[in-house]
Amino acid sequence: MNEHVKNIAPAAPDLSRRSFLVGTAAAGLVLGYAGVPGIDFASAAAPANFEPSVWYAISPDGLVTVTCGKADMGQHIASTMAQIVCEELGAKWSDMRVSLASNDPKFNDPVLGAQITGGSWSTMMNFDAMSRAGAAGRIALTEAAAAAMGLPPYFKDQLVVRDSVISHPKSKKQMTFAEIVRSGKATKTFTPDELKAIKLKTPDQYTMIGVSVPQLDIPSKTNGTAKYGIDVMLPGMAYGKVVTPPVRFGATVKSVDDSQAKKVPGFMKAVILDDKTGTTSGWVVAVANTYANARKAADALKIAYDGGPNAKLSSQSLLDEAKRLPGLEDSGQFFVKDGDPNAAFGTAAKVVEAEYTTSINIHAPLEPMNATAEFKGDILHIYSGNQFATRSGAIAAGAAGIDPKFVVMHQHWLGGGFGRRLDADMMIPAVQAAKAVGKPVKVIYSRENDMTMDFSRPLTYQKVKAGVDADGKLIALSHDVVSAWPTARWGIPDFLTPSVDKKGPLDSFTVNGADFFYTVPNHYVRAIKNELAHNATPSGQLRSVAPGWTFWAVESMIDEIAAATGKDSALFRISLLDGAGKNDGGAQRLRNTLLAAMGLSGYGTRPLPKGEGMGVACVSSQERASASWTACVAHVAVAPSGAVTVKKLTVATDVGTQVHPDNIRAQVEGAALWGLSLAMYEKATLKDGGIEQTNFDSYTPLRMSQTPEIAVAVIANGEKATGVGEPAVTVVAPAIGNAIFNASGARVRALPITAEAVKASMKA
Amino acid sequence: MPTLTINGRSLSVDAANDTPLLWAIREQLQMTGTKFGCGAGLCGACTVHVNGEAVRSCQTMVGDVAGKKITTIEGLSAKGDHPLQKAWIAEQVPQCGYCQSGQIMQAASLLAKNPNPTREEVVAHMDGNLCRCMTYSRIQKAIMRAASEMRTASTASSERRPT
Repeated sequence: MNEHVKNIAPAAPDLSRRSFLVGTAAAGLVLGYAGVPGIDFASAAAPANFEPSVWYAISPDGLVTVTCGKADMGQHIASTMAQIVCEELGAKWSDMRVSLASNDPKFNDPVLGAQITGGSWSTMMNFDAMSRAGAAGRIALTEAAAAAMGLPPYFKDQLVVRDSVISHPKSKKQMTFAEIVRSGKATKTFTPDELKAIKLKTPDQYTMIGVSVPQLDIPSKTNGTAKYGIDVMLPGMAYGKVVTPPVRFGATVKSVDDSQAKKVPGFMKAVILDDKTGTTSGWVVAVANTYANARKAADALKIAYDGGPNAKLSSQSLLDEAKRLPGLEDSGQFFVKDGDPNAAFGTAAKVVEAEYTTSINIHAPLEPMNATAEFKGDILHIYSGNQFATRSGAIAAGAAGIDPKFVVMHQHWLGGGFGRRLDADMMIPAVQAAKAVGKPVKVIYSRENDMTMDFSRPLTYQKVKAGVDADGKLIALSHDVVSAWPTARWGIPDFLTPSVDKKGPLDSFTVNGADFFYTVPNHYVRAIKNELAHNATPSGQLRSVAPGWTFWAVESMIDEIAAATGKDSALFRISLLDGAGKNDGGAQRLRNTLLAAMGLSGYGTRPLPKGEGMGVACVSSQERASASWTACVAHVAVAPSGAVTVKKLTVATDVGTQVHPDNIRAQVEGAALWGLSLAMYEKATLKDGGIEQTNFDSYTPLRMSQTPEIAVAVIANGEKATGVGEPAVTVVAPAIGNAIFNASGARVRALPITAEAVKASMKA
Repeated sequence: MPTLTINGRSLSVDAANDTPLLWAIREQLQMTGTKFGCGAGLCGACTVHVNGEAVRSCQTMVGDVAGKKITTIEGLSAKGDHPLQKAWIAEQVPQCGYCQSGQIMQAASLLAKNPNPTREEVVAHMDGNLCRCMTYSRIQKAIMRAASEMRTASTASSERRPT
C-alpha cells in the first residue's frame, strides 16, 4: 500500500536538518510522512541505513514527535503513547509532541496488524512496542553521546539519561538530545530480535509512567486550534450535504427532481450514491459552493424512494422476532458450553428465570460524521477522523473504483468516536461527490442524518435461567443473547469467533462478558442473530459493545438469585468469585475490586433512609482475554411515583498498571456517566423502518444537571496495564437496577429504566 | 455582502443574510474553533458572544448581527490565556474537546456578569451545553477555579490602586 508515494522524488536531503528516527523498519520511511501536510519532505528523508522506528522522530532542535497510529477520540491515546516512549527514551516531557499517523501499514497496531482503535485495547497492546521504541532510542543516543564525548564504548553504562540530556557524572561532560542529533552520530540500528532483547525498566525505575503529565492535546482544545475532520479546508473545495431516506436501511432512490435545487445559488449537482457495499443505499448528496447552499439545495431536492423490505418494521417487530428465536430448534451458536445446565435445572431446589432488554442506542458524537475527499493525480486523499483507517481507506477506494494503495488517509482529532467512527459510510458520499464535480468535496452530515443513519447499539433481548441447589449454591445458568451482529456486518472473518459447538463463526461482540469469572459448573451462553434487526438496523460498536448489555442481564440475574435465596447480593458475588479452575486470577481481582467499591461507598455499614438503597455490580469488561476489573455501588432514591434519583456512583477499577492516573479517572468517570446515560436517559426507537429520534430534543444524553456525585477508586497493583475507556460503562446500569430493587422492591429488566416501569414493578 | 465585526476585526462575508452565522464564521472566514453540533440550538457547541451575550451561532442569521460585536473562541483572549482557558488546562477538562469552545464561551458569559456563581447557578447556566464525553464535573471545577482566580485578580488590582 502507498507504494505510489515513492514516485515523488525527494529533494536532496539537507543533512544539517535531518531528523533522527529510531526503529526497525527502514523501508518506507518517507512514505508515512509524504501524505501529511506541513511536513517538510526533504527533512523527513533520512539516509537509508538510518533504520528508523516509525513511531517517533527527534528533530535537530530536540523535539520528539511521536506518531500515533491510534485514533484519538478524547482518550488522549496520542499523549499516552508519547508518555510511554518518553519513559524509556529519557526525554523531557515538554520536548514531546504528537502527530497522527496516515494509513500507511507501517503504522499498524503491532498486535492487531491493522489500524483500528477500539476495545480499550490501545494501551495494553502498544505498551511494549512503544517502550522498546523509546528504549532503542535511548541506547542509540547514549552510544552516540559516548563516542562524541570521547569515552570508550564500555563507558556508556556510566552515562545518565534524564530530561533529554545525557551526562557523564565522572567527567562532568554532557550533551543534549538536540546536540547528539545534530552531531549525526546516532546511527545504531536494531533488528527485531535486538529490539526484543532490550531490557526494559522495571516499575520501580519509572519516572514518567504513573505520573499525570499535562496531556499534549489539551491546550489546543481550549483555544479552538485543534483540527478535527470537519475543520479541513482545501483550495477550491465544494460542500456536500447528504440526503438520507426515511428508512434506516434498504431504501432505494426511484427518482431525483433537482429543478428547485437548481434555483439555489452555487448548487452544482445532486449525486445518487452508487455504493457496492450497500451501506449507503438510497443516499443522495447535494453539492454546492458553500455548506449553507448545499443544505438549501438538499432541502429543495424532491426524491422518490422505494422503501425496500424494512419499511414497515418497528422496535416492537424486532423485539417480537427476538423473543421468537430462542425457542426455535437448534437456534444460535454456543459461546460457552460448560456442563449441562438443562440437566442441572432438573435437580435444582430453585429456578429463577428472567428476560432483559436494551433499546436501540445512538452514538451521537458531538462532531457529526464528515469526510473530505480530494483527487490529486493518481492519489485519493481523504481527510477525516476515523477509528479504522485500514478498512475505511479500502471502502473509500471501492467508492472511487481504485486500488486501496492509492488512498492516503489524513487523520485528525476525533470529535468523539465511541465506536461510531469505526465505520466508513461517510467516505462514500465524499468520494463520489468529489468525483462527480471534479473538485475536493467536504461532506458534512446534519445531526438528523447522523442520528437516523447511526450504526446503533442494537436492540437486545436476553433470556436467562438460573438453578440453585438446596445449599443456595448456583449450579446452573443458561443465557441466550439475541441481537443484530455488529461485527459480522464488516465481513472480516478474523473478527468473528468459532462457536464452541462448531456451528460456524459467531459475533463475540454480542456475547462478550457473558463468559464471566463466576464459578458456575453448568453454564451455557448462546449467541443468536436477529436477522430481521440485523438487516433493518445495521448495528455498530457502541462504547463497551456487548458487555454493555450482557452484564445488564448477568448482574441483574445474580441479584435476583441472591434475593430469591435471601442472601446479601455483594457477599453472594464474592462467594461466586472463588477463583476455581479457569477463573483463577481474574476472579480474585474482581472480588478485590468489588470489596474496594463496597468499602469506598460504605455499603452495608449504615441504614439508609426509607426509599433509598444501594446496589452493586461487578464486571470483567471488555473481553475475557482483555479484561479490566470494575465494580460499582450505586446509591439511589426511589420516589413513590417510581422516579429514580441517582445520588452517587462509586466505581472501583483494577487497571494493573496506571500510565496516567488523572486520565484514568477522567475516562472512568466519563464511562460511568455513559453507563448512567444509557441506563436512564437514552432511547431510540424504530417506526416504519426509520429511527424516530432526529436530534438532541428527542434523543437526550445526560446533561450537567443530571450528573450525580461520583467517587472513583483506581487499583494499580503492578499487573499489566488494562484498558479503561469502556469498562465502567457496563457496570452502572445493573448497579442502578439492583439499587432500585434494594430501595423499593421494584425489579426493572428493560433499559432505559423509566419511572413507569419502576412504579409498575412496585405494585406487582 | 454583509460585514461582520468579529474579534475586533471588520470582515465582509460572501453569504446571504439568512445564512447561519455559524457557517459564515467556520467556512467563509475559516475560523473553525466554533463547532457545528446539532444545527438546532440544542447542544451549545456553536456558542459565540454577540454584544457579550452567549448565543447559538447556528440559530443566529448573518443579517441579524451586522454591526454587532461578535466574539468567538479565537477572540476570547489574545493568547488563549483567559482565566477560563487556563482553568480548563489546569483541570485537564477536555477529552475529545469538540464541545469545549462552546462550553468556554458559555461559561465566559456567566463569569462576565457573575464573578461568584454558586454551583446551582453554574449548572443552570451550562445545562444547554452537551458534552458527549461527559466532562461535566471538570467543567464545573474549572469554572469555579476561573471565577476564584478572576476575583483574586480583581481584588489584587483594586488593592494596588491608590485611593
